[in-house]
Amino acid sequence: MDFLVPLLGDYTFRTVALGAALLGIVSGVLGSFAVLRQQSLLGDGISHAALPGVVTAFLLTGSKNTEILLLGALISGLAAAYLMITIVRHSRIKFDSALALVMSVFFGLGLALLTWAQKTPNANQAGLKRFIYGQASTLLERDIVMMAACGAVLLLLVALLWKEFKIFSFDPDFAQSIGFDTTKLNLLLSFLIVVAIIIGLQTVGVVLMSAMLIAPGVAARQWSNQLWLMVMLSAVFGALSGVLGAVISSAIPSMPTGPVIVVCISVIATISLLFAPGRGILHKIYRQLKARSLLQVEGRDIS
Amino acid sequence: MTPALEIQLIAVFISMACALPGAFLVLRRMSMMSDSITHTILLGIVLAFLLTHDLQSPLLIVGAALIGVVTVWLTEMLEKTRLVTEDSAIGIVFSLLFSIAIILITRYTGSVHLDTDSVLLGELAFAPFNRMVVAGIDIGAKAMYISGVLLMINIILIAVFFKELKVCTFDPMLAAVLGFSPALVHYALMSLVSLTAVGAFEAVGSVLVVAFMIAPPVTAYLLTDDLKKMLILSSAFGALNGILGYQAAVALDVSIAGSMAVMTGLLFLAVFTFAPKRGLISLLLKKKKQQSEFAENTLLMHICSHEPHKQISENALHTIAARLRWDKKKLTHTICLLQKSGKLTMVNGIPAATAKGKDCCKIFVESLGTL
Repeated sequence: MDFLVPLLGDYTFRTVALGAALLGIVSGVLGSFAVLRQQSLLGDGISHAALPGVVTAFLLTGSKNTEILLLGALISGLAAAYLMITIVRHSRIKFDSALALVMSVFFGLGLALLTWAQKTPNANQAGLKRFIYGQASTLLERDIVMMAACGAVLLLLVALLWKEFKIFSFDPDFAQSIGFDTTKLNLLLSFLIVVAIIIGLQTVGVVLMSAMLIAPGVAARQWSNQLWLMVMLSAVFGALSGVLGAVISSAIPSMPTGPVIVVCISVIATISLLFAPGRGILHKIYRQLKARSLLQVEGRDIS
Repeated sequence: MTPALEIQLIAVFISMACALPGAFLVLRRMSMMSDSITHTILLGIVLAFLLTHDLQSPLLIVGAALIGVVTVWLTEMLEKTRLVTEDSAIGIVFSLLFSIAIILITRYTGSVHLDTDSVLLGELAFAPFNRMVVAGIDIGAKAMYISGVLLMINIILIAVFFKELKVCTFDPMLAAVLGFSPALVHYALMSLVSLTAVGAFEAVGSVLVVAFMIAPPVTAYLLTDDLKKMLILSSAFGALNGILGYQAAVALDVSIAGSMAVMTGLLFLAVFTFAPKRGLISLLLKKKKQQSEFAENTLLMHICSHEPHKQISENALHTIAARLRWDKKKLTHTICLLQKSGKLTMVNGIPAATAKGKDCCKIFVESLGTL
């Protein structure tokens, strides 16, 4: 634990750890809904589709302010989500194909624009790639403030619309029958998930953002059948893996933060899948063995 | 052979090679598995490199292809526990394996040329620099031969096992009854996908492999119901994308792979909008036609059901509008259409069905009865 003491005084470490923890909380909460609604891969799709938005925002404004770039990301992420929904609604193409199609084409567009940006005289373009891989170490204090503000708004909205989201996630038909506008709820919830994804881009990058959305929810799901408990646990798991990832990547040289966070949250998910009481794999095996031995004992009694 | 021609040939070979197995992924609703595999092959390459310390070693390709299959297997194992849904399983497995790959790269391979950039993004423009030299004679770009062989493997395997693939894709139960092993065919197909992804990623980058695997088959899927035609159309679209994408990239001076991916998207958008049977425009037209047909039949039914009872007042224009809750414009438009087709005449300002109209109405009522 000795190595932790100097770390706590370190500005970079504090910023990264705080940022990762915030990201873990926000993506943990919204990811629970994505997991329950079987839209886990939406995160992967949207985060890839955000790239052309980032580059276009840069090309238009010439600024590298995180807020402006993320606004671009948000717009192109939403456009991609809208396109996917349109394709699925107006053709026989399934959701997974529409997702893969839109995601990869948007990413290709982003790459083409990126090479275009590299030709512009504005030498500022170096560093746009940090959104592809994510670079937690580039987080600044103002980024943290922005993440915290956006995160607070998201969490507040989830808390206010808790009942609606809960009913809608488990039984959309029932939600509609008691008079909720499910189209609007769907759009709103998807919008919140997209915002959560965009917030995380800078920290963990396009490719790994999906794990931040899915893994905490999957881990939390194993421990509880209650939505509020699941969401809470998911936020805790997300924050825990964020901080753990920051500590490990600071303590060991040349350990990239984003991937380490993902490994941490995957380990938590694996432990949950194996050991969770009731649902866990080991508990299931134990139950099977017990049932088998019971059957043998009773079988002997009969004979 | 000029570099430009070589690049285009590579682009065409790779697009076609990707489109063929991609068609089956689309039909099996496994499109996102291609995304997963294209990311995890990085781990295979890294692991094989750490074993051999040679970037040229063929073991790298073997390792990558193997990890692709392992990814599918792990995902399915996780899904089989029924603790997570399919989409979550895909998301967890690929991001974990990919993270491990990135950590290994940053920690152990810092000094060699093996970076995430070249795997994720790829660059076709550099392909002609790597030459194939046989007995001291330069016979063209290496990637051209690799992609050509890849395409041949795909064509041969899919042609030979076409029947098996078809049955297992559309009706795995029937396939099992007939004595094929759907699981075996499944893993064989996944190995092929994995191999194709490995062969293609160097040139176009792993994310864009997804575009080449999924977009052309999805486009073809909107145009045909026949598997053979779908495969042929997919590869034709793939080839077209390769050439058009290259030309656009040269004209705009941007990344070739990126421009090819955009081209696949544009081609899809064009087909999605204008396809003769399933395009957006024809669907909207069809919907409109159905709406007006239904309105005609509704009006005829209303008129016919009140005529025999001499309830003429029920058939006055304003009463009809009130009863059907139509506005005046819709009513006059529908009457106009009916008059044109000779199903309706106006008697003293009150619409009355002709003999033809009565027949139509009868058919419509009967068709409702069978619903």
